[in-house]
Amino acid sequence: MNKYLLSVGVIIAFVVYALNQPTKTAVLPIENSSQTTTESSSNPSISYKDGEYTGSNADATYGNVQVKAVISGGKITDVQFLDYPKDRDNSLEISNQSMPILKSEAIKAQTAEVDIVSGATQTSEAFKQSLQAALSQAQG
Amino acid sequence: MPITVEIIGPGVSNKIFKKVFDYFRYVDKKFSTYKKNSEISLINSGKLKLSDASPDMQKIFSLAEQTKQETDGYFNITHPSGKIDPSGLVKGWAIHNAAGIIKQAEFHNFYIDAGGDIEACGKNDKGQDWVVGIRNPFNFRQIVKAIVIDNQGVATSGNYERGQHIYNPVAMTEAVNDVVSLTVVGPNIYEVDRFATAAFAMGRQGINFIESLRGFEGYLIDKDGIATLTSGFEEYCLE
Repeated sequence: MNKYLLSVGVIIAFVVYALNQPTKTAVLPIENSSQTTTESSSNPSISYKDGEYTGSNADATYGNVQVKAVISGGKITDVQFLDYPKDRDNSLEISNQSMPILKSEAIKAQTAEVDIVSGATQTSEAFKQSLQAALSQAQG
Repeated sequence: MPITVEIIGPGVSNKIFKKVFDYFRYVDKKFSTYKKNSEISLINSGKLKLSDASPDMQKIFSLAEQTKQETDGYFNITHPSGKIDPSGLVKGWAIHNAAGIIKQAEFHNFYIDAGGDIEACGKNDKGQDWVVGIRNPFNFRQIVKAIVIDNQGVATSGNYERGQHIYNPVAMTEAVNDVVSLTVVGPNIYEVDRFATAAFAMGRQGINFIESLRGFEGYLIDKDGIATLTSGFEEYCLE
């Protein structure tokens, strides 16, 4: 029984570790393009002071986005959302009783030639604005 | 925001492009919340009453109220801070009006693309229906679906960053919306844009809301890269 619990603990620890890795590394490329190589110190001119910095509350059209950047050892170690579009994330009073079960599929890249591309960037722009505001405070 | 206009056919001159872009400039000047002296900013700062505002401004406010009711309150131009920002409605409305300007000039093969919100009419330069790609929210260089449209609108609402888990999951609480992209196709860009915005705010229920609308189809992508299609969506698909 103890062995079983231990292995569960190891698995959980691994999952937590695995989940945390992309969270941190994925932030770095967003924060700018000129500094993506910061960790290999090819751009030593920008360093961040340790601490927690809160960015501006940026408008994402259907709500606001505000982030907090946590700097430790001169590097971004965490970015947290303090605010994000959620004011309308309430329960929806739409009757689903007559709804058919909708088809699902895993997305996959298409090779078709297209004339136009549809996508959205609003919230990501607001995210970048807020993060940049936080990082400008952290720059020493 | 980049705006692309392509018009096919003989007799296309700079005149029609100038007319279209002049219209977008007029709309931006009036409705931009970033311009201190725009009409919407004057309303927000209390310097202008809605009853004294221009017919276009009053029209947008009345369309916003109508959309709010049709979407059970999910579409709301009044932000929690009290600031009024109708840009979620103005964009689709302006693209649709610009398409009207092009049609009025007797051009019937064209598309307008304003930041991924599209209205397309007629045929492309090869004489075929316009093909619109849906961008992969996890890889901006890829498309995950190609749809064929004729005299219709396509709009995508999305939040790519949240989908990539860049936030702290613990701080997000239960209100986490795991939808990263919702594309809607329908009769025109004004209609699809407002419903795409409202449906995105509904989270997973949004695709059911689109399913409930006659003449509209949708393609929802969640954080795990799983898409949900409305029952008639595949009729638009190229592959």
